[in-house]
Amino acid sequence: MSEPQGRGFWRSEAATGLYLISPTALFAILLLAAPLATTLLYSVFTDGYLEIIPRFQLCNYIGECASLKLDAATGEYVQDQTYLGAWSDPVVMTLMWRSLYVSIFVTAATVIFAYPVAYFVSFNVEPSKKSLWLFLITIPFWTSYVIRVFMWNVMISRTGVINSTLMSLGIIDEPLRMAFTIQAMVVTLAHAYAPFAILPIYVALEKIDRSLLEAGQDLGETRFTTFLRVTLPLSMSGVIAAVLIVFIPTIGDYITPNLIGGGKIPMIANMIEVQMLQADNRALGSAVAVSAMLVVGAVSLLFLFLNRRYLKGNK
Amino acid sequence: MTSSDKPVMIEFRDVHKYYGDYHALRGINATIKAGEFFSLLGPSGCGKTTLLRTIAGFEGISSGVVLVDGKDMANVPANKRPTNMVFQSYAIFPHLTVEQNVGFGLRRDPRSKEEKMRAVGQALEMVGLAGYGKRSAHALSGGQRQRVALARALILKPKVLLLDEPLSALDKKIREQMQLELIKLQREVGITFVLVTHDQEEALVMSDRIAVMFEGNIAQLDDPETLYRLPKTRQVANFIGTMNFLPAEILSEAGGRAEVQAPGLGRLTVDIEKQISSAPGTGQTTIGFRPETATLLFDGQAATDRESMGTVSEVVYYGDMTYYDVTLDDCDAPIRMSMRNVFGRPVLDIGTRCRVGWSPGAMVMFR
Repeated sequence: MSEPQGRGFWRSEAATGLYLISPTALFAILLLAAPLATTLLYSVFTDGYLEIIPRFQLCNYIGECASLKLDAATGEYVQDQTYLGAWSDPVVMTLMWRSLYVSIFVTAATVIFAYPVAYFVSFNVEPSKKSLWLFLITIPFWTSYVIRVFMWNVMISRTGVINSTLMSLGIIDEPLRMAFTIQAMVVTLAHAYAPFAILPIYVALEKIDRSLLEAGQDLGETRFTTFLRVTLPLSMSGVIAAVLIVFIPTIGDYITPNLIGGGKIPMIANMIEVQMLQADNRALGSAVAVSAMLVVGAVSLLFLFLNRRYLKGNK
Repeated sequence: MTSSDKPVMIEFRDVHKYYGDYHALRGINATIKAGEFFSLLGPSGCGKTTLLRTIAGFEGISSGVVLVDGKDMANVPANKRPTNMVFQSYAIFPHLTVEQNVGFGLRRDPRSKEEKMRAVGQALEMVGLAGYGKRSAHALSGGQRQRVALARALILKPKVLLLDEPLSALDKKIREQMQLELIKLQREVGITFVLVTHDQEEALVMSDRIAVMFEGNIAQLDDPETLYRLPKTRQVANFIGTMNFLPAEILSEAGGRAEVQAPGLGRLTVDIEKQISSAPGTGQTTIGFRPETATLLFDGQAATDRESMGTVSEVVYYGDMTYYDVTLDDCDAPIRMSMRNVFGRPVLDIGTRCRVGWSPGAMVMFR
């Protein structure tokens, strides 16, 4: 005798799976999907005074837009100020480009410095000490991200540790200008994200069968050329994961431009903040946010595509 | 065929290897001839793989000399040695196709791209993988990976091919097939093969000569037949096939022969000069014989040589063979005998009284 349909489903394995993911799923829907949908909607609505008016328009993205204001006398919306849409506004474009190249620099610096660390832990550290090393690598996470970024300020400011040390040693006469530079932002972000890059590369390196390296040498390659022909290609999946993990959060980073850049070198996230909170233009702020997401999405897709190519040969 | 007139390809001179305090190789002295199929046989941890890796250059030695083709390998790195290896895990590069794997070592080869591709094709054909070139390596079965590893090593025309337990990961049928193919391949290419294995049967089937290793030493180095028929120590005898051991007392000794008294067998004369290097004096000794050299005598069958009485204590039926454990009268431990199952001959039951035919000529004496 077959069970009633409904009862069968609620006891099935699929249902168990749903029960298990439901708290997380609920959380994700409430705090991720809903705000995202709101942002998408806002970006095509019309900006009002302290409100958002559900009138569809695309000028937040491209072209010229006008804010509306409620006329108390007539009870109708009248045109207020005009502004340029995200892709038409040279300021937004400048910040977008800056965010893009800062995060590309940060990603490159992080991955290039993370690779030797991951390689060292995977290949040179005794197996029994590896977990200790990984533990040490994650120590920076014990302090909050803001504090870690702020620490760099202490190091590099005009009167900071580096400048005062160098001046008291008589190596320099005037303090070096390190704070409020893009270079300082790159260094700070690269440091903050280093463990995120080390771990996936380490995992990829750990998976490499060591006899493959011996085979490379057995077939006439030196240690270095074996690295180029065997180790590096086989660890590419980890490198690409590291690139994504570092690139995605840095392009939207908001704290470092504020603390290290001193607000003088804003990035796209700072622009979104200004539009959303200070300028009371949530429509434009949302359009900038969605545009930034599209840029990140496009770059990520490119890397995922590359990763698929490497994974294909790696499985 | 005599291998003594062939030139020496590999020579070990008093090779020692320490890992910290652990003495992995304890003074290895041996020579491997050019074109020989040579096996290093022993239980795990006996140092056979370490010894193979000293030839390849993956393992340094603590003292002694390793010569390959007359040259001291002391300061020659693995990538400059005239040897190539087939790894136990095959070590096929997973990010490359079959073709790219086989052609991996040809990067520095001055030949043109077309010629190299032709060489890759020929190598694949040689190992029976023609047409597999474009496949990606991870899509291959164990046996196919094995063949790719072989082709990848042989395409470089090494002086010595090193094989580290190459067949251990394959199932029985494919393993037996690969054994025969390897022998054939070795005859065709004429390259010196050095095989590491813990499988005595595999070593006996494939090798021209075998070095049996225990605890970092070579216990015996001989051709398969000598090794099987005349093992020098009980350890070797036990590792290669099965051997029955019986305690015996030496009564007298003269002219390379000893008269011994063994329970269950009685008095017999054993050749000693051919078995052990140092001849025993009088006193206690052990004699041994292979299960197939003794035979159960069925009704009316006469012994070709000597005969003893016993009782069947265990029967193991294998289809083509039956293994009997027989406790000889006056003897504590049972001896094992293997009998071919011939049509019309009954399989005896446990407890049956039986006659055992044996021959003093098949006896080996151990100290």
